[in-house]
Amino acid sequence: MAQVLVLVEHVDGAVRKSTLELLTLARRLGEPAAVLVGDDAGAAVDALAEHGASTVYTVPSGEVTEHLVAPTAEVLAQLVASAAPAAVLLPSSPDGKEVAARLAVRTSSGLVTDAVDVELEDGAVTTTQSVFAGSYSVRARVTRGTPIVTVKPNSVAVEAAPVTATTEAVTVSLSPAATSARITATTARERSGRPDLAEAAVVVTGGRGTNGDFTPVETFADSLGAAVGASRAAVDAGWYPHANQVGQTGKTVSPQLYVAAGVSGAIQHRAGMQTSKTIVAVNKDGEAPIFDLVDFGVVGDLFAVLPQAAEEIGRRRG
Amino acid sequence: MRIVVCIKHVPDAQAERGFTEPDATTDRVGVDGLLSELDEYAVEEALKLREAGDDVEVVVLTMGPEGAADAVRKSLQMGADSGVHVCDDAIAGSDAPATSLVLAAAVEKIGDVDLVLTGMASTDGVMSVVPAMLAERLGRPQVTFASELTLDGATVTIRRDGDASTQTVQAALPALASVTDQINEPRYPSFKGIMSAKKKPVETWGLADLGVDPSDVGLSAAWTTVVAVTPRPPRSAGEVVTDEGDGGTRLAAFLAEHKFV
Repeated sequence: MAQVLVLVEHVDGAVRKSTLELLTLARRLGEPAAVLVGDDAGAAVDALAEHGASTVYTVPSGEVTEHLVAPTAEVLAQLVASAAPAAVLLPSSPDGKEVAARLAVRTSSGLVTDAVDVELEDGAVTTTQSVFAGSYSVRARVTRGTPIVTVKPNSVAVEAAPVTATTEAVTVSLSPAATSARITATTARERSGRPDLAEAAVVVTGGRGTNGDFTPVETFADSLGAAVGASRAAVDAGWYPHANQVGQTGKTVSPQLYVAAGVSGAIQHRAGMQTSKTIVAVNKDGEAPIFDLVDFGVVGDLFAVLPQAAEEIGRRRG
Repeated sequence: MRIVVCIKHVPDAQAERGFTEPDATTDRVGVDGLLSELDEYAVEEALKLREAGDDVEVVVLTMGPEGAADAVRKSLQMGADSGVHVCDDAIAGSDAPATSLVLAAAVEKIGDVDLVLTGMASTDGVMSVVPAMLAERLGRPQVTFASELTLDGATVTIRRDGDASTQTVQAALPALASVTDQINEPRYPSFKGIMSAKKKPVETWGLADLGVDPSDVGLSAAWTTVVAVTPRPPRSAGEVVTDEGDGGTRLAAFLAEHKFV
């Protein structure tokens, strides 16, 4: 069975959930082979093998991580040439999409971004995407080269499938063009202690209706163990960091539960959350377009509704 | 110094967007188009660099059907110096690799381009891949998703905000940069800008002018194919209640009923 390359996302060796989702999908297409860029592979290899990666290609970080995107694309192109995989799966992050873009051009291969599902149909890798702010579902196939697919977080439930992994060290030789954009500094973002926005099962987002006070949004989010998001209006007003923005120019989220508090629901916002499983809104304006999407809505003041709900949830949880 | 800003004319996201039959390409005729909102940030950044620098020329570049000239005009009204519109029937239905092929050829033909600027994504395809593809084809360093950009002599430096960290990325010119909506506040065209735009030069090129083989672009050359397009079923109307002092309790009850508590 042909290999399916999966580009691993990890933070200091801790493999991200999105990678485990990619491995789960890769098993439908062939034999998962993880590509791990990093120097201390140990713990990561265990997690990858636990989820079906029978091969782990290890790539020393050095030059690869000191430069933006292009070196990783060259490493993958090298592996596409040597392993002739059935497909390459990458995370739909900015880095993942740009690596995929360069890899596609380099290997003359078709590329699908932001897939929410990948399966084998009539022997062909077939993807599903949600487009035009979630108003259409598109199924597509790659017709040239090696299918390269970036997949959104939360597209599939992670399933373990333990195997014994063989690690294979990759010798990297980079072109001068690949090392022309140097990363000169990296500042880690402050951790909020809450779940990662793109991967969270529950997301609570605050908008213009917060008037800059996110306390009720955060308190309510914490009662559910949720990630906190912010609408573009709230971010533009400087009320919440851009890293938390949900919408067209921020994160696209697809959680089990999405709660929009004081968010009107402009098309740019809907583009980022419309595929959420259950949608709840709290807004003073009963005419707000967000109410067209909801499974449950409360027309009311978020400063009254959210604290009461958080208290009731706390009480129910004892 | 010459800056080329790549821009795209897209269907208005506020309108009911859709596909054309039977080839499942984006409907660019039945829906009003406009300059992709995210490209305005790239045009603005180029204009700021011109204002801050000496002898900086800003050229906007687009490819697309006749209507795409509107996007060029809007950029000229904002203040760009000249425009190039690649317009050729054979381009219709091009995928991202073909788009980057045509744009790369046009950048080469414009010539002596120190910096290529783009938006972070188009508002129709939203792939965010053309900038990286263009850099790959041009053999230029890419400094992309810039929320801050500075030029110092022949060096471009950007701030790239990622999920877990913020990076500073540096490259020597000639380079390619894409900018996010965090980088600036795009200006509105002034009355003077609108009037003077009418006199600014716009060149229209076909594939033959670029030496691009028509069989390498367009729908038939796309490296992906659409199998099916399905409108998303409308969400069934949910329950909306008005808070009468018990809104929070009812919300919690809904969440408990659906096993979120």
